[in-house]
Amino acid sequence: MYSQLAWRNIWRNPRRTIVIMTAVIIGVFSMIFLCGLMRGMEVEMIRNNLATLTGNIQIHQKGYRADPVVENSMTDPVLLENAIKTNLPEGAAWAMRVRVNAIVSNARHSTGVTFVGIDPAKEARVSFIGKAVTDGRYLNSDDTNKILIGRALLDKFKTKIGHKLIVMSQDADDEIASTAFRIVGTFRAEMESTEKAYVFVTLSDAQKMLKLKNGISEAAIAFKGQSIDGQKEKALAQKLKSRLPDSIYKVETWPELLPMMREYLSLFDNFIYIWYFVVFIAMGFGIVNTTLMAIFERMREFGLLKALGMKPVSIIRGVITESFFLLVSGIIIGNIAGIITVFLINRTGIDLSALAAGVEMWGMPRVIHPELWIIDVITANLVVLVLGLVVSIYPAAKAARFTPIEALEKT
Amino acid sequence: MNNIVELEKIKKTYLQGKVDIPAINNVSLSIKKGGFVAIAGPSGSGKTTLLNIIGGLDQPDSGTVRVDGEKFETLTPSRLAELRLFKIGFVFQAYNLIPVLSAAENVEFVMLLQGIPKKERLRKAHAILDDVGLSGKYNRRPAELSGGQQQRVAVARAIVSNPSIVLADEPTANLDSKTGQGLLELMKTMNKEKKVTFVFSTHDKMVMDYAGRLVRLRDGSIFDDQSK
Repeated sequence: MYSQLAWRNIWRNPRRTIVIMTAVIIGVFSMIFLCGLMRGMEVEMIRNNLATLTGNIQIHQKGYRADPVVENSMTDPVLLENAIKTNLPEGAAWAMRVRVNAIVSNARHSTGVTFVGIDPAKEARVSFIGKAVTDGRYLNSDDTNKILIGRALLDKFKTKIGHKLIVMSQDADDEIASTAFRIVGTFRAEMESTEKAYVFVTLSDAQKMLKLKNGISEAAIAFKGQSIDGQKEKALAQKLKSRLPDSIYKVETWPELLPMMREYLSLFDNFIYIWYFVVFIAMGFGIVNTTLMAIFERMREFGLLKALGMKPVSIIRGVITESFFLLVSGIIIGNIAGIITVFLINRTGIDLSALAAGVEMWGMPRVIHPELWIIDVITANLVVLVLGLVVSIYPAAKAARFTPIEALEKT
Repeated sequence: MNNIVELEKIKKTYLQGKVDIPAINNVSLSIKKGGFVAIAGPSGSGKTTLLNIIGGLDQPDSGTVRVDGEKFETLTPSRLAELRLFKIGFVFQAYNLIPVLSAAENVEFVMLLQGIPKKERLRKAHAILDDVGLSGKYNRRPAELSGGQQQRVAVARAIVSNPSIVLADEPTANLDSKTGQGLLELMKTMNKEKKVTFVFSTHDKMVMDYAGRLVRLRDGSIFDDQSK
C-alpha cells in the first residue's frame, strides 16, 4: 500500500512528473549514448592502433625501442620462437618482423618510411596488412624484391604498380644498403598517415638486404577479440618474461607500447565521469526542486499523517519511495531509448570524415560505431538512482519535520 | 481508573508578533471513558487548542496531560506518535482524507501503520464503512464522495482500530444541518455500541444538543461544565 500511495502521489501532478521524468530520461539516455560513442571510439582506436603493427604484445631486444636500428635486432630468435609457441593462447597469432627506418625513393621523390620485412602468411593474421590490399596483390613468401606500399605513398610518388622503388637503410655491417623493389600492390589504411609511413617486403628480402641472417627486429602477438584493459596481455607477458632472459629481451604489452593512447583512453574515462557529474547536477536540482514543490503542496497531508501516528522515518520512506518510482520510470525509458539509439547508430556509424585529418593522429576512426558496455549502462543507472535517492533525502527530511499543528493549519 | 482524559492546570500561550496571546488558561478537565463530550465556545476560545493538547498534537506550556493513563510529558515523540496511532482517533473539520486513496484505503491506512495484515485490514475497513453507511462506496476516492460521505469515511478511519478516544474538531462545520445530524447520529451510535469516547470541539448548537456533557470555554478558561 505504501508503494501504491507513492505511485499515485507522483501522478497527482502529471505535468510536473512528466517534466522531471523527462529530465531523468534525457540524463540516462545521454549517459548511455555518450558512453556508447566514447566506447565505440576507444574500441576502434585500440583496434586501429593494435592492427597497425602493434599487436597485443611485442618482444624486442633490449634497447630496440629507444633506438630502433639494425644493431638492436635479435640475432637468434629460436628461443623466442619456442617461448611464444608454447605459451600462445588459443586463437592468438604471432609473427616476426624486421622493422627499421629507411629512405624510399624513385626518380622524382624520396621520403622516410618504416621498412617492414614480414612473413606474409603469418603477418596477415596479426596486423591490418593482410586485408588492406586494394590494388595489385599481397606479398607471397617466395616473392623476391617485391614491395607493398600505401596508396597515399603511391600517389605521392606519382608511381604505379609494376614500377620500382629504391629502399635504402643502414645494414648490420654499418654500411648503407640499398635494394630496388618492384611494387606489387598498394594497401589502404584507416589513416592516410599509415599509408605513407609503411612499406612491406618479405622477411627474407629484408634480412638479406640488411645482412641480418636470421635476425629480426620484433615479434608481435595478436589476440583474438577485443582488448581494452590489457589484463590478458599482462598475464601472457609474465609467462614470456619467465621464459626469456631479462638481460636480452623486453616483453611489452600494448598499454606499455602505446602510453599516449593509454593516457588518452583514461582521459576518455574522465570525460565520461565529468559528463555523469554534469548530468547528475542538472538532474539532482530538478529532483530536489520538484520533490520540494510536491511536499509543500502536500504539507497538510503530511501533518495529517503525523497526527494519525505516522513516524517521521515512515514519512521519509514514503517520499523516497516516490522519488524511487520517478527515477526508476525515467531510468527504464532512458535505457530503452539509449540502448535502441546505440544499436541503430552502431549499424550505420557516425561519419567523422570531415574531421578525419584532425583525429587520425590518435588512431580515431573516420566512422564511429557506438558500442554498448553493460558496465556503463549499470554505472549510468546506479549514478542516477543512488544519487537521485540521496538528494531526495533532503525534501523527505523536510516533510518529516513538519509538526502536525503547523501542517494542518495550511490550506 | 475511570477517566480516559485528565488535564491538570493546562496553560498554553501563543506568540502573535511580539504579543503573548493566552489560548488556554489554567484548565483542568477530566473526561470519563465512554463519554460523548462537547467542548463549546466562540472562535478563539481555545477549544481546538485544547483538543490538540488532548490529542498530543500540541504541547502545553505547563500542566499535565494524561490520556488512558499515559502522561504525555514523559513520552518521547516516537512513543507519542504510537499513542496517537493506537489510542486516539481524529476527525477533522476539513475531513483530511488522503486524496489518492479510496475510501477503504483511507480507512485501511491507519491499520497499515499499526501493522495489521492486509486481509484483516480489508475486512475491517469494509465492515466499518458498512457501519457508517458507505456500503458499496469502498473504492470511491474522496473527490467522488460528498462532504458528508467524506466525513463518514473520516469517522470510520478514526474508530476502525477501536481507539480509546476519538477527538473531533468541529466535525459538522462543513456539513449542511441534515448531513451534520446524520453524522452525529452515527457517532452517537458508535459511542453507544462500541463504547468509544468522543470529544468534540464545536460551536454548533446541534452538536451541543447531542452531547452528553457540555464544557463551555471562554478566553481559554472553562466557565461552564454541564452533564445531561
